[in-house]
Amino acid sequence: MNFFILTIIKAALVAFILLTALAYLQWLERKVLAHIQLRIGPNRVGPHGLLQPLADVVKLITKEDMIPSHVSKVFYLLAPFIAVMFALIPIAVIPFGGDLNIPAFTVGGMTIGPIHSTMELTDLNIGVLFILGISGLGVYGVALAGWASNNKYSLLGGLRSSAQMISYELPMALAIATPLLALNSLSFRTIVNSQSGYIWGFIPRWTIFQGPFPFMFIAFILFMIAAFAETNRVPFDLPEAENELVAGFHTEYGSMKFAAFFMAEYCNMVTVSCVATLLFLGGWHPIFPAAYGSSLIPPAIFIGAGLISFSHAMNPARRMDRFTLPVVGIVSFGLAAVFLAALFLVPAVGAALMPLFWFCAKVIAILFLYIWVRGTLPRFRYDQLMSFAWTFLFPVAIVNLFFVALWVALT
Amino acid sequence: MDALLFMIFAAVAVVCGVNLVVQTHPISSALSLIGAMGALAALYLLLGGEFIAAAQLVVYAGAIMVLFVFVIMLLNAGTERKTPQGKGTWAKYAGVPLLVAFLGVVAYLVQSIVPATDNVVFGEFRKGTALDIGRALFTTYLLPFELTSVLILIAILGAIVLARKEID
Repeated sequence: MNFFILTIIKAALVAFILLTALAYLQWLERKVLAHIQLRIGPNRVGPHGLLQPLADVVKLITKEDMIPSHVSKVFYLLAPFIAVMFALIPIAVIPFGGDLNIPAFTVGGMTIGPIHSTMELTDLNIGVLFILGISGLGVYGVALAGWASNNKYSLLGGLRSSAQMISYELPMALAIATPLLALNSLSFRTIVNSQSGYIWGFIPRWTIFQGPFPFMFIAFILFMIAAFAETNRVPFDLPEAENELVAGFHTEYGSMKFAAFFMAEYCNMVTVSCVATLLFLGGWHPIFPAAYGSSLIPPAIFIGAGLISFSHAMNPARRMDRFTLPVVGIVSFGLAAVFLAALFLVPAVGAALMPLFWFCAKVIAILFLYIWVRGTLPRFRYDQLMSFAWTFLFPVAIVNLFFVALWVALT
Repeated sequence: MDALLFMIFAAVAVVCGVNLVVQTHPISSALSLIGAMGALAALYLLLGGEFIAAAQLVVYAGAIMVLFVFVIMLLNAGTERKTPQGKGTWAKYAGVPLLVAFLGVVAYLVQSIVPATDNVVFGEFRKGTALDIGRALFTTYLLPFELTSVLILIAILGAIVLARKEID
């Protein structure tokens, strides 16, 4: 029974954090894109527009939930569910950090624990294959939405999406196979554990630095390109190219049904970033050894953030901020200080939080790359997209895999 | 727990299978097939065939059925029309009793041929991991495996040649 309760608690925690992160990822995207394009971005709701995601959610929920009259109703309603479901499931097998040991403690006369668990929902032997399988099913949501909308733009978007996703799944699977071949496992936890330690004491033994040098790096690049296409992001966002297809497959969708597609897209981004982090970037292992002070980086970052918010609070730029910002600044400074104290004073907590910090930092770095690319690159033409996948990406991935297989066979 | 999960997924598989035949619209049928394949993957997983379950999801439910759905959408196939009743009336009334009789015979045969001790025990089979499958494929069954690969390659080449001819 203990196992069930623990699993439910973990699942609730992961779901809550993930959904909040999805909402704020959208804020981050709007903000970063705005700054890339020399705009300010959302800044009306809350300081720096920080409450914008909340306002968006309220708006989307309270909007009229209308169904166009010409759609095939069952599939039209089913499609957003499919998209969200298969976007959320893969998170279940992604490990976020090392082991979690909570000593026994007493709450109101009831002794709980000692709890021993791992920082993930479940560790599958075939975690990597599971993610490949489930994310392959996600395409039905998009394809079905396009078809059920009974609209030529939607249909074109859905068709483009399914063609694009089956094409880019091949190079992605081959790029994923490359580290699997070298690390000899399909379980994420084992894969990450075999990336611990340092070469010559300071270069982390992440997959991209391991093995036959250029090939793992090439595999990483190939994976990222294919992942951009799999998640329908710029420069491969043909399924929702607004200057050709209105809004692509979700043209006919509104309110929460539209939000579901939006959420699925961002959730897929998060999943792909997690997979890239786990397979290529060493998971939760720090970028340089703790002996050289890598464990001081999170405190330094949080102190910096606290000081910045504090100084903002002291010097509000606008008159309206004179009342809101000091509160937020002081609160966030306090939070940062508390977090620091926890990190510094309790070594056990610090040991548990440190992997989490590094994992999140890497995932956020990749998500930032997504946004950066969106602000930088123009969109592909559709024939270019297809010929790029089949005549460049796929052969390169095969040759790359071949060389790594040769290297594994020789050593 | 295992038996309960088996019942659930077996029921899903059967319902999806029946739905596949009953539905008149190709997209509904295709989706039912996907549901049946997903339920089968779960059943494989219950029996300990991890790799087969993953392959079922990746290859059948993920790749092949996407192509099916893609083609159905591309051709914009509509609801199929019922053929006018002719010989159908006989099949309509005799079909259900015959089906029940057939199932009864099959169940009886299975019961009598397979000894009761050979019942499946969930979680007992432990040779379905990717490692075991890979080892078996590349040592014991290397020749059949390679021959099948060549066969599939020939089929792909044949498909390309046939498609080429149509273009000219």
